[in-house]
Amino acid sequence: MTTVPSTVTAVRPAAGSAAGRVRKRLTNRTASAVAIVIAVLWTTPTFGLFLSSLRPEDQIKSTGWWTFFSDPQLTLENYQEVLFGTSSSSGQMASFLVNSLVITIPSVLFPLAFAAFAAYALAWVSFRGRNWVYIGIFALQVVPLQMSLVPLLSFFSEGVSVFGTQILPAWELEGPARFAQVWFAHTCFALPLGVFLLHNFMSELPGELMEAARVDGATHGMIFRRLVLPLVAPALATFGIFQFLWVWNDLLVGLIFAGGTADSAPMTVRLAQMAGTRGNEWQRLTAGAFVSVVIPLIVFLSMQRYFVRGLLAGGVKG
Amino acid sequence: MNLDFDFAAEQPKLVQLLLGVVAFCAVVALLLLLLGGAPAQPRSRPLAATLLLRLLGPAPTRARVRLLLPLSRLLGRVPVRQRAWPQAAVLLAPALVLLGIGLVVPAVRTTVLSFMNGDGTAWVGLDNYAWMFTQPEAVTVLRNTLIWVLLVPVLVTAVGLLYAVVVDRTRFESIAKSLVFLPMAISFVGAGIIWKFVYAYRPEGSDQIGLLNQLVVAFGGTPQQWLLEPPLNTLFLIVVMVWIQAGFATVVLSAAIKGIPAEIIEAARLDGASPLQMFFRVTLPSIRSAVVVVLVTQSIGTLKLFDIVRTMTGGQFDTSVIANEMYNQAFRYGETGKGAALAVFLFVLVTPIIVYQIRQRREAAR
Repeated sequence: MTTVPSTVTAVRPAAGSAAGRVRKRLTNRTASAVAIVIAVLWTTPTFGLFLSSLRPEDQIKSTGWWTFFSDPQLTLENYQEVLFGTSSSSGQMASFLVNSLVITIPSVLFPLAFAAFAAYALAWVSFRGRNWVYIGIFALQVVPLQMSLVPLLSFFSEGVSVFGTQILPAWELEGPARFAQVWFAHTCFALPLGVFLLHNFMSELPGELMEAARVDGATHGMIFRRLVLPLVAPALATFGIFQFLWVWNDLLVGLIFAGGTADSAPMTVRLAQMAGTRGNEWQRLTAGAFVSVVIPLIVFLSMQRYFVRGLLAGGVKG
Repeated sequence: MNLDFDFAAEQPKLVQLLLGVVAFCAVVALLLLLLGGAPAQPRSRPLAATLLLRLLGPAPTRARVRLLLPLSRLLGRVPVRQRAWPQAAVLLAPALVLLGIGLVVPAVRTTVLSFMNGDGTAWVGLDNYAWMFTQPEAVTVLRNTLIWVLLVPVLVTAVGLLYAVVVDRTRFESIAKSLVFLPMAISFVGAGIIWKFVYAYRPEGSDQIGLLNQLVVAFGGTPQQWLLEPPLNTLFLIVVMVWIQAGFATVVLSAAIKGIPAEIIEAARLDGASPLQMFFRVTLPSIRSAVVVVLVTQSIGTLKLFDIVRTMTGGQFDTSVIANEMYNQAFRYGETGKGAALAVFLFVLVTPIIVYQIRQRREAAR
């Protein structure tokens, strides 16, 4: 694929000459064609999935979704079954949808608050060793999630013991209390990037402002709450939406810390299971996938501005 | 079909959510309370003086002043710097404790575990690493990861750049960018299912339900099981990653293109540069640092990739990558040692790239 016509001439066309105009039009046309091809390639798969999720089961399994245009038949039955069906083969997706919500909300709130506190201390409280603490947190970005899965899981299930003496007991969480494990794990993993992003924004606030507040006798608590938080609200929104999408779309952490049942596993875990064991039950897979996609899409579209700003500020978590 | 979904069964979860949110509010309130005590810096009337004045009362007697004077001297000598410490400690404590438990200690333990056997009971030296680099099944995993990390960043950057250039300053620019950007919001699992459906296979002769096989058939070919045949199946998985990430590249590169000074473009145009010359001599050099950002970020993300492989093939048919194999070894086969060794190797691969990224970022900030 090329962006421009392959004929490259060294001739300098006088501005507005006929040749120049023709070539310009050609360029525009090729460019538009390329743009359209990419846009179509990028939207068709999702559209196909969405359309299929609305077709009756026997049709999904026997004909392609494009036959819809010659033989339109729509139904909401797939959604009904995948969300509310109670047989073990159906999705029970409603249950997992609730799990995803219960996992996501605290997993966004906690890191947001803790990262904001830490970032404020690192940016505006002058204490000895501040740079070293910052560098330490910053450097933790290199530790991949995979490094901490096994030990963190044993921390939850066995507690901490040093040379045979139990220091911290196991968490031994059952049923819905298991969500706390997932919140804990997500919060830990979010902090290095969160502190880094928020520190970037906070340290750019004008120093005179802080100075003025201090001279007026404001405490750090007051400065943080009344001055810094409102000023970095856009940054908080950026990190919040990042973390939301990350947690909602995460598979690995959910798989390991939330288990695989309807008691606490998020939707992504369920979908991955269904794709593995019921890979040909397309009526459930398509509807289930679309349910899981809708909420992040809404959040994303309504807050795209903040998301883009975050991307450009270097906020990408591995 | 049985549809009596039990809504009451969901209630304990919502109670748990409520508990979580209440705990959150309590923690934040406690931290703010602890912070509220001392002023950020000594005011014109420092804390010690305030305290003294209060002790002296509204009508200080000479005896009281004499009693409190040595105390005030003592308090007055306490340096300001020390008082910042408790504040910083309160602010940093939650983050530091969590990072310690969640990342620092585990990273050390994983490194130790990588020199031990499957259940962590005996030292095995470098056996796990030897396994990783010599056993065919493990070498395949490393080879696949290499293919991923060589192809994904380049393809993502190429597609993103191409798209950013062709939609730049057109009437539909923002909507066109949104279309390509949307997959960023979709989970890798969701994307995996979307593409599994595109690759779906039906035997020759029957109606195809997958788009790709339908196209193949329409052009007279025979339908293929795209995800089952190595080594091509890895390429079909890579397509999914490129599809998800191209929007990221488009947004970052498009912003960089918009940042090129108009005079440079105008000058090149007046000199009669052709579109191709314009791209290679003007645009590309001007956005070099943004291109590097995209390449580097994508390399890191690709090295850690897990979800797509897990959802679409489960790592079967020679498609496994390091992160997926790490999960299999540690959590499915009970081979903690091998899993840990893979995790450490991942760490070793990722670290130099991130260090480079940080340096690049600093240079850009200057």
